[in-house]
Amino acid sequence: MTFEHIQQILKTKTVGIAGCGGLGSNCAVALARVGVGRLILADFDLVQEGNLNRQFYFYDQIGMLKVAALKQNLFRINPDVRVNTFDIRLCQSDIIEIYGKCDVIVEAFDKPEMKYLILDAVHNYMPDKYLVMGVGMAGWGDNNLIRSRQSDKLIICGDEINAIADECPPLAPRVGIVANMQANAVLEILLGSNEHQIHTEN
Amino acid sequence: MKIILNNKEEEFVGDQFTVSELLQAKNFTFKMLVIKVNGHLVKKSEHNTAMVKDGDDVMVLHLISGG
Repeated sequence: MTFEHIQQILKTKTVGIAGCGGLGSNCAVALARVGVGRLILADFDLVQEGNLNRQFYFYDQIGMLKVAALKQNLFRINPDVRVNTFDIRLCQSDIIEIYGKCDVIVEAFDKPEMKYLILDAVHNYMPDKYLVMGVGMAGWGDNNLIRSRQSDKLIICGDEINAIADECPPLAPRVGIVANMQANAVLEILLGSNEHQIHTEN
Repeated sequence: MKIILNNKEEEFVGDQFTVSELLQAKNFTFKMLVIKVNGHLVKKSEHNTAMVKDGDDVMVLHLISGG
């Protein structure tokens, strides 16, 4: 599939991103770069200096709403992307209302309770919807622990081991790997698997 | 019985388990666990009643902080 063909397909698609921290901001950037037509962003938080070690924001955006700052950054990369933003702390009914029309939902929350909330909402109220979750990305190193697995329309990306702790902070490389792995899983859902890849040696 | 647990075949003594018994047998004691049996999400309140039988496909996911 050529990039033109890929863009033609992606520009008709809508991807929901729940949370605009390390996973959400980096995943949104990857999806905007490849030309996903519409992104629906939700986060209640403001950009803080401590976020800049992994989240796709800039020093001069400190204090801005994350959804507003991310929208700005996405437009600087791809002015054709349509972005809907919600600066709210999502509850179950919000999730159903905001993400009900998405082709795929990306879970990019920090807290496990919120991860459970969206998993439960999608399974119970939107069972036909793909959900791509990020689970386990704190710390550094251990490249080979990071993986993905699928159960029906649920896809889990991450090492499923390394939670955030004082001695195990989230850092740009591993958070970026998992965020881009989520974006990659979204593309596989929207475009189908890339059968050409195994023939690239010629 | 033989089940698929997190994409791997595993064998257990006995015909069927409750989800709670399976978690105990595997020593899964984390707080935020997501259990799916044959694609169906099993709520925490159902762990003592929902059954796992021979041939079932079980997913155990531990939700941890980070995002």
